Amino acid sequence: MDHTPRVNPSVDPSVDKPGLIKALRQILPAQRILHEREALRPYECDGLSAYRQVPLLVVLPDDAEQVRRVMQCCHERGVPVVARGAATGLSGGALPLADGVLLSLARLNRILHIDPLNRTARVQPGVRNLAISQAVEGLELYYAPDPSSQIACTIGGNVAENSGGVHCLKYGLTVHNVLQLKLVTAAGELVTLGAEALDAPGFDLPALLIGSEGMLGIVVEVLVKLLPTPERAQVLLAAFDDVSKAANAVGDVIAAGIIPAGLEMMDGLAIRAAEDFVHAGYPVDAEAILLCELDGANEEVSAHLARVRQQLLDSGATEVRTAENEEQRALFWKGRKSAFPAVGRISPDYYCMDGTVPRKRLAEVLLETSRLSAHYQLPVANVFHAGDGNLHPLILYDANRPGELKRAEDLGAEILELCVRVGGTITGEHGVGHEKIHQMCVQFNAAELAQFHAVKRAFDPHGLLNPGKAVPQPRHCSEYKALGSDTLTPPSARDQDARDQDARDHGA
Amino acid sequence: MEIAANDISQTLCQSVAEAAGLGRPLQLCGSGSKEFFGRRATGTRLDLTAHRGVINYEPRELVITVRAGTRLAELESLLAAEGQMLAFEPPHFGPSATLGGSAACGLSGPRRPYAGALRDFVLGVTLINGRGERLRFGGEVMKNVAGYDLSRLMVGAMGSLGLLLDVSLKVLPLPETERTLVQACTEEQAIERMNRLAGTPLPLTGAVYDGLQLYLRLSGSEPGVVAAQTRLGGEVLADGSGFWRRVRELEHPFFDSSSANGPDNGRPLWRLSISPGSPPLGLPGRQFIDWGGAQRWLIIEQPGEQPTEQLAERLRAVAVQHGGHAQLFRGGDRNGAVNHPLPGPLMQLHQQLKLAFDPQGIFNPGRLYPEF
Ligand SMILES: Cc1cc2nc3c(=O)[nH]c(=O)nc-3n(C[C@H](O)[C@H](O)[C@H](O)COP(=O)(O)OP(=O)(O)OC[C@H]3O[C@@H](n4cnc5c(N)ncnc54)[C@H](O)[C@@H]3O)c2cc1C
Repeated sequence: MDHTPRVNPSVDPSVDKPGLIKALRQILPAQRILHEREALRPYECDGLSAYRQVPLLVVLPDDAEQVRRVMQCCHERGVPVVARGAATGLSGGALPLADGVLLSLARLNRILHIDPLNRTARVQPGVRNLAISQAVEGLELYYAPDPSSQIACTIGGNVAENSGGVHCLKYGLTVHNVLQLKLVTAAGELVTLGAEALDAPGFDLPALLIGSEGMLGIVVEVLVKLLPTPERAQVLLAAFDDVSKAANAVGDVIAAGIIPAGLEMMDGLAIRAAEDFVHAGYPVDAEAILLCELDGANEEVSAHLARVRQQLLDSGATEVRTAENEEQRALFWKGRKSAFPAVGRISPDYYCMDGTVPRKRLAEVLLETSRLSAHYQLPVANVFHAGDGNLHPLILYDANRPGELKRAEDLGAEILELCVRVGGTITGEHGVGHEKIHQMCVQFNAAELAQFHAVKRAFDPHGLLNPGKAVPQPRHCSEYKALGSDTLTPPSARDQDARDQDARDHGA
Repeated sequence: MEIAANDISQTLCQSVAEAAGLGRPLQLCGSGSKEFFGRRATGTRLDLTAHRGVINYEPRELVITVRAGTRLAELESLLAAEGQMLAFEPPHFGPSATLGGSAACGLSGPRRPYAGALRDFVLGVTLINGRGERLRFGGEVMKNVAGYDLSRLMVGAMGSLGLLLDVSLKVLPLPETERTLVQACTEEQAIERMNRLAGTPLPLTGAVYDGLQLYLRLSGSEPGVVAAQTRLGGEVLADGSGFWRRVRELEHPFFDSSSANGPDNGRPLWRLSISPGSPPLGLPGRQFIDWGGAQRWLIIEQPGEQPTEQLAERLRAVAVQHGGHAQLFRGGDRNGAVNHPLPGPLMQLHQQLKLAFDPQGIFNPGRLYPEF
C-alpha cells in the first residue's frame, strides 16, 4: 500500500522481492540486506513519526561502489529507492515506500581527508554533522552549519535538506559551506559536481543538488569548507515581557548594522520547558527571550557587545545578561538546542512547523499563530531562528486522542499558508518531504511545479528516486485547491490503513 | 515611481514564446559589458536593459529585489546610501553593466573567498523559461527550501536556461572600516601566508599577490581592524579602495596587455580556478593571484612555439591537477573551447537540464558550450 503519489506511474508496483534480494546479494553481503519484518520496523519513519511505512527492503552498503551497483540494480528492475541518513528529518523525506528499497547511507561514515591549508574536509555522507567539527577541533577549525540535531544527523541528510543551524545567520546554510559532491545518479552513474576550487565549469549543480531532498541522486561524498574558530564568542540573553517586543528587537539589532553569529528566540512555553529540562538559567517569568551571539576578533566582539546590549534595551528588553564564562555560554545554547526534546517532555506529541517570513512580519505572524492556537485548542510553543525569520512553531497534541493529530495538521497547514501570505515560504530548512506536499500547491503555480518536474526528469527520467516527495503532481494540486484541505484525506489519516494493509501483505 | 513603466516582462514573454514557436534562437543582451566573456552566441538580439528598476528594497530586511536590466552602479549607490553593499563585490567591466548580466555570468570580486560568491547571495529570481512562461523561484526570505533551488542554478548559466526578469539578493552592512596591508615576498611565501591567515580568525576580506607584493585587506570594526593590523604588520596602502577596485575590474596594470585597448588587441587572459593552497604552478607567462590563492590569472606574452590548443590542454591539465579548471577568460578564439570541457556524464546532465528549461534551444545557443 502506497500512500504517496507517484512521480511516474510506470513504476511497477509488483516488485519481484526474492529476485531483487538475489540480485542484491551479488553486490552486498547477506547481512547488509534486511528483509524480515522485524528488521525493517526500525526504518519505518524519520523524525516525523506520525507517518510510517515499512519498506520492501533495507540495504546498508559500505562504500560508494556498492551504492552505485545497488542503484544500477534497482534501475534495471524499476524499483524505487529512498535514501536515508540518520532519519532525524522532520518532513518525512526518508519515509520509505512499501514497494521500494530503503538505502541507508549510515555505514558510509568515514572522514576521508582533512586538508588544513585549504580548510576542507572530505567526508562520506553518513558522517555525523558534529563529528566533522570534532575531528578538526585541534586545528582551530570547524564546520559552520550546526543544526540542533547535529549530534545525530548526517552530512548527506544535511546536503539533501540544505540544513541550517543556529549560526547560519552569519555563516550560511549547507549550500554556502559545501564545495563538491560525488553523486550516484538514478541510473547508477558516478558524477562529480563542484570542485576543490571555489567554482566549477558549467552549471552550478551543487546548488541544485543541495536541498533536493534525495530526489535527484544519492550523495556518496561531500567536500565541506571549514572555517577558523572565532577568537571569541559571546552570547547575550535578553528577556522581554512581550513577544512582539522581542520579535521587533530582532530587526532592530540587524538594522543597527551588526550581523550576529546567531539570533534565536524562545517564547514563554519553550523557555519554561527548556529550563525544567536542562536548567540553563533562563528567566522563567519572561514572555520571550532572545539569544544573541557575537563572534570574531576579541576587540570587535567587545565593541559590538556594548552596541547590541544597548540596542536590546532600547527595543524594550527588561533584562540583558552576558554569559559570564564559556560554561554559561554553552549552557545558554544547550537550553536552546534541547528545546525540541524539552517540549517533547511536556506533551505526548509535538508537530514542528518550519515556515520562514520576512523579519518585519515576525511579530504579526507570532500573534496570528497564537490566535490560531486558541482557535484549534492546541498549545503552540515557539523556539526558532529569529534572525533568519525562520519560525518553528511546535504544536502540542496527543495522538491517542481521536482527532487531535488531524487538528494539529490543520493548524499547521494554516500557519504555513499564513507564512506564504506574508511573503514567506512553507519551509526554511526542514524540507517539503512527504509532509508539506499539499502546501507546495499554495506556494507554486502549475507552470512552476511543471518546471520542477522537468528538472527531476533530467536527473531521474523514470522517477525512481524518492518518488512522490517534495513536488506535488499538478493533478494533486487541483484536487487540493478544489476540495480544500478539510475534505482531502490528509496523508496521516490513510496512514493507519497503510499500516494495516502492510501488515496483511507481510502476514504479520 | 517609474517602477511600473519599466516593466516590459509581458513583451519579453511574448518575444520568447514567439521565438520558441519558430525555433528561432535569441541572444539575451544586457549592456554588452560582458560580451567578451564566454563563447560567442548566435541568434537574434533581445535587449533587456529596458526592464529595470528597484522593485523592493528594505534595508532592515537586508534584501533588495531589482529588475535584471538595472545598472549595477545604480544599485550599488542606492545600497551605499543606506550603509549596505553587495558583499560579493561584482566586477562591472563597464559603466552600464546590469545586474542581470552579472548574475548570468556569475562573476564575483576579491571578497569572494571570505564573504561568498554572487550565487551565495541570491534569494530568489523571476525568470522566463524557453516556453515563454514566467516563473518565480525562491523569494525574499533568508531561508527557503521549498522546491529545487532553481534561482542559484541560473547564476553562471550564461542565460542558457532562462531569461532573468528580476533577482532578490541578500545585502550586508558596509564594514565600518577597511585597511590594506602590503608586504614584499615570493610567490611561494604569499600563497602560504594567504592560506595560513585564512585559517585564523582575522577579519580578512581580500588577499592578492601581484608578482612582487602580497596585499591583505582587513574589514570590520575599527578596534578589530587595528588589532589585526598590529598582529600582521606590513605597510598600509594609501589608496586601498582604488587598488581593490582595479583588481576587481581587471584594470590593475598586470592586466594591461590583455585588455582590448592593449597591443595586438590584447593577449589572451586565462583564469585558473583551483584549490587556494596550490603551490606556484610553474607555468610560462605572468601570473596574478587573487581569491587568497584560489584564482590565478595568467597572461602569456610570448606564446613561442606552442600551438594554442596544446597550451590550453596544458593549462587545463595543471588546473585539474590542483582540483579545479582553466577558462579562457578574455581574448583568444571566442568560438573555441573557452570553458573547461565537461566529462561525458556531466555534459549529458547539462544537456538534459537545458532541455528541461529550454526545449527548443532558443536561449543563447553556444554561449556556454558548443553542445547546447
Ligand atoms: C531535535 C531536532 C532538531 C533539529 N534541528 C534542525 C536545525 O536546527 N536545522 C535544520 O536544518 N534541521 C534540523 N532538524 C532536521 C534534521 O535534523 C535535518 O533535516 C537533517 O539534515 C537530516 O539529516 P539526516 O541524516 O537525519 O537525514 P534523513 O532524515 O535520514 O534524510 C533526510 C532527507 O535526505 C535524504 N538523504 C539522506 N541521505 C542522503 C544521501 N546521502 N543522498 C541523498 N539523499 C539523502 C533522505 O532521502 C531524506 O529525503 C532537526 C531535527 C530534530 C529531530
